[in-house]
Amino acid sequence: MPKSLTPRLAALRDEIHGYAKEFGLDFFDTIFEMVSYDEMNMVAAYGGFPTRYPHWRWGMEYEQLAKGYEYGLSKIYELVINNDPCYAYLMESNPEVDQKLVMAHVYGHCDFFKNNFSFRHTNRRMIDDMANHATRVRRWVDKIGVEKVEDFIDRTLSLENLIDQHAPHIRRNPDPKKAEEEVKANERVEGFKVGREYMRGFINPSEFLDSQRKRVEDEKLRAKKFPERPQRDVLMFLLEHAPLEPWESDILAILRDEAHYFAPQGQTKIMNEGWASYWHSTIMTRRALRDDEIIDYADHHSGTMGTRPGAINPYKLGIELWRDIEDRWNKGRFGKEWDECDDLRARRSWDKKLGAGREKIFEVRKHYNDITFIDTFLTPEFAMEQKLFVYGFNDKRNSWEIMDREFRKVKSKLLQGLTNFGQPIIEVVDGNHENRGELLLAHKHDGQDLKGDYARETLRNLQSLWRRPVNIVTRYDNKGAMLRFDGTSHSEKKVDL
Amino acid sequence: MTLKIHQDHSRFKQIVRGKIKANLRKYVQKGEMLGKKGKDAISIPIPFIDIPRFKYGHKEQGGVGQGDGEVGQQLGPGAVEPGEGHQAGQGEGDHALEVDVTLDELAQILGEELQLPNIERRHNEKIVTQKIRYTGINTTGPESLRHFKRTYKQALRRQIAAGTYDPNRPIIIPMREDRRYRSYKLQNLPETNAVIIYMMDVSGSMGDEQKEIVRIESFWLDTWLRHQYKGLESRYIIHDAVAREVDRDTFFHTRESGGTMISSAYKLCRDIIAADYPKSAWNIYPFHFSDGDNWSADDTRQCIEMLRNDVLPNVNQFAYGQVESPYGSGQFIKDLREAVGDTPNVALSEIADKDAIYASIKDFLGKGR
Repeated sequence: MPKSLTPRLAALRDEIHGYAKEFGLDFFDTIFEMVSYDEMNMVAAYGGFPTRYPHWRWGMEYEQLAKGYEYGLSKIYELVINNDPCYAYLMESNPEVDQKLVMAHVYGHCDFFKNNFSFRHTNRRMIDDMANHATRVRRWVDKIGVEKVEDFIDRTLSLENLIDQHAPHIRRNPDPKKAEEEVKANERVEGFKVGREYMRGFINPSEFLDSQRKRVEDEKLRAKKFPERPQRDVLMFLLEHAPLEPWESDILAILRDEAHYFAPQGQTKIMNEGWASYWHSTIMTRRALRDDEIIDYADHHSGTMGTRPGAINPYKLGIELWRDIEDRWNKGRFGKEWDECDDLRARRSWDKKLGAGREKIFEVRKHYNDITFIDTFLTPEFAMEQKLFVYGFNDKRNSWEIMDREFRKVKSKLLQGLTNFGQPIIEVVDGNHENRGELLLAHKHDGQDLKGDYARETLRNLQSLWRRPVNIVTRYDNKGAMLRFDGTSHSEKKVDL
Repeated sequence: MTLKIHQDHSRFKQIVRGKIKANLRKYVQKGEMLGKKGKDAISIPIPFIDIPRFKYGHKEQGGVGQGDGEVGQQLGPGAVEPGEGHQAGQGEGDHALEVDVTLDELAQILGEELQLPNIERRHNEKIVTQKIRYTGINTTGPESLRHFKRTYKQALRRQIAAGTYDPNRPIIIPMREDRRYRSYKLQNLPETNAVIIYMMDVSGSMGDEQKEIVRIESFWLDTWLRHQYKGLESRYIIHDAVAREVDRDTFFHTRESGGTMISSAYKLCRDIIAADYPKSAWNIYPFHFSDGDNWSADDTRQCIEMLRNDVLPNVNQFAYGQVESPYGSGQFIKDLREAVGDTPNVALSEIADKDAIYASIKDFLGKGR
């Protein structure tokens, strides 16, 4: 089980902590624990947490991580949990220089967790909640049986990405039970109490009663057409409207909670990894590194920053962008004057000695997420310097190839990949489709088709929760299509968009 | 120390096992496993173990990369991560997951799926190993083997009985006679050895497809018998008009032309058994594969005679697999059926094509001999 730090490492931690504070990082208390490599693999398989609810896919993750480590293909350096206090893990067998690097990196993350707006609504007691979730699921396993519970989790995980990433920031749905009660109250349209029977016509004229009845009918009809507006949080919708058993609702709520907890990390991957890398590199090279550690440090740092042609390394892209921003604000390379300057030579030697870089990056780390970060700070110069390109699959040659190096295309492709984690945006449009209680989803098509076999399997899982036929409107090859699963078979029909 | 994850890990393995079981017929037919076999384990691609989601096909999606190169330049193999594009680190791949399964486990799955009975060994178990097991408790022994808990209990019991135990000051002092030690017993582990003698007709009429079938089938036979016996040896005989013993590689890759004299193989098989595998110490499994064409009825008569007199009395089971070939008459199995079909330790199987391997394995192993 995790151990606390040795006196030597505790001293190093205090040292690094001091540097982090000196540079102005602002973080929750951070607790480091020592783990062996297989504990590290376990914690990593659990998404950083010491305890999760029982499920086979953690075992699968673990197997892959353990194998990767044993074959020497991969090694997890750092793991840190967004919690107050933050928890981070150090691997026992690592040399001292790696431990320092990891600590410095971790303080960067913890600063980001504490200050970036995307994390403002995250649960800072998630370690406890994860443990509670585990207990709740285990209790259901004892009651309902492992097969049923696991099967339900499998099906729900299939819908895990159908949340509204922004939901924690918005309160949108009034309590559905309350709305129901209002409708019920309105059903009583007997009119006013009548003391003398012959007065009834005067007190409650029949036109009035009729109009009241009509209003209630209308309201019922409107209530039947739900949701009123398309709803992004499909899991929430299911929670409120699907005919779930209590144990199913409980598990669905748990999974939705956890998905929301992890969402901000997906929204800020480039910024966050870049920020942590920026700080480990700054702290190490300016302060913490001893002469005899330089080679090892350089080796590990460059290992983290390595790129391969067909992928973006968030550590690399992030750190470079942070440095670019710092440099630009140091030299005053921003604003109207800079934008309008066409003189290449002037641009190249532009330095207003503003020295506002550090301040700027601290401000940026507060108010941006990956999308706004890239949208605002990715410049043509930067894209060229970093040799960014768009790649795609060439069917004729059956291989991946470089498609374009034009700045606008690179940027929009990058942004496209970040929107909604690069996953399709899907909404609930109707929970009473065709007035038959069917579920209708819509895919907001943005130029990319859904992967067909996955979509059909997902529909099957959705149907098992909704228990009535489910449909999704999407687009294939530029034609509208409605996929449907009715509980026994799949079908597809053309629809006009 | 056990990690919490081990529960999830074994659950995952259970699921993988279920997937293998469900797809076993396909694996058997395709011979997919052969190329991926290591010494004790095999790596099996498991499709569809990941959780389906609404997602984009990666090929339609493309992404942003970083590095040198002209527009139109191909990216090398492996450059693009299958899956979620540049969401590095959290991508689930499109590729099938490869999992390692031990051969022993694979054999168990095979056994369950085909409902194979365990092999009834002949009474020729011989002791090969002795194992020390610490199962007992003794009042004497070396201090390093002292059983603290039992010693404590004994002392506690004595003190309570003697009335010297004070619950407010619960100090237990063991005396000499309280001490308990672990003691070991030598356990004899019976082990049995087995040998498979593979024989195959390599005359011109046995084509590549036929040999592939033999190869796949022998993999499963090996796996099962290895699971049943601790030590398993294999010998390989190829024959056309004459027979010779070869190594495994040659066995599967030799192609000769010319006639077929099955008796030559049986003769060699008989000699090998006589020389190296005394009946009292070995479980013996000759497997013979051919397309069923023999040189002459006379030779077939010789074969049957040899089987009756020399082979069958000495072996656990003699198996003959007839692989259908466009050139063979397929007469041999009929002759065998007539002559020795009723003998309990004879298994005959006709294998029309790869699809038939599955059933054929059952023909061979289903008798539990």
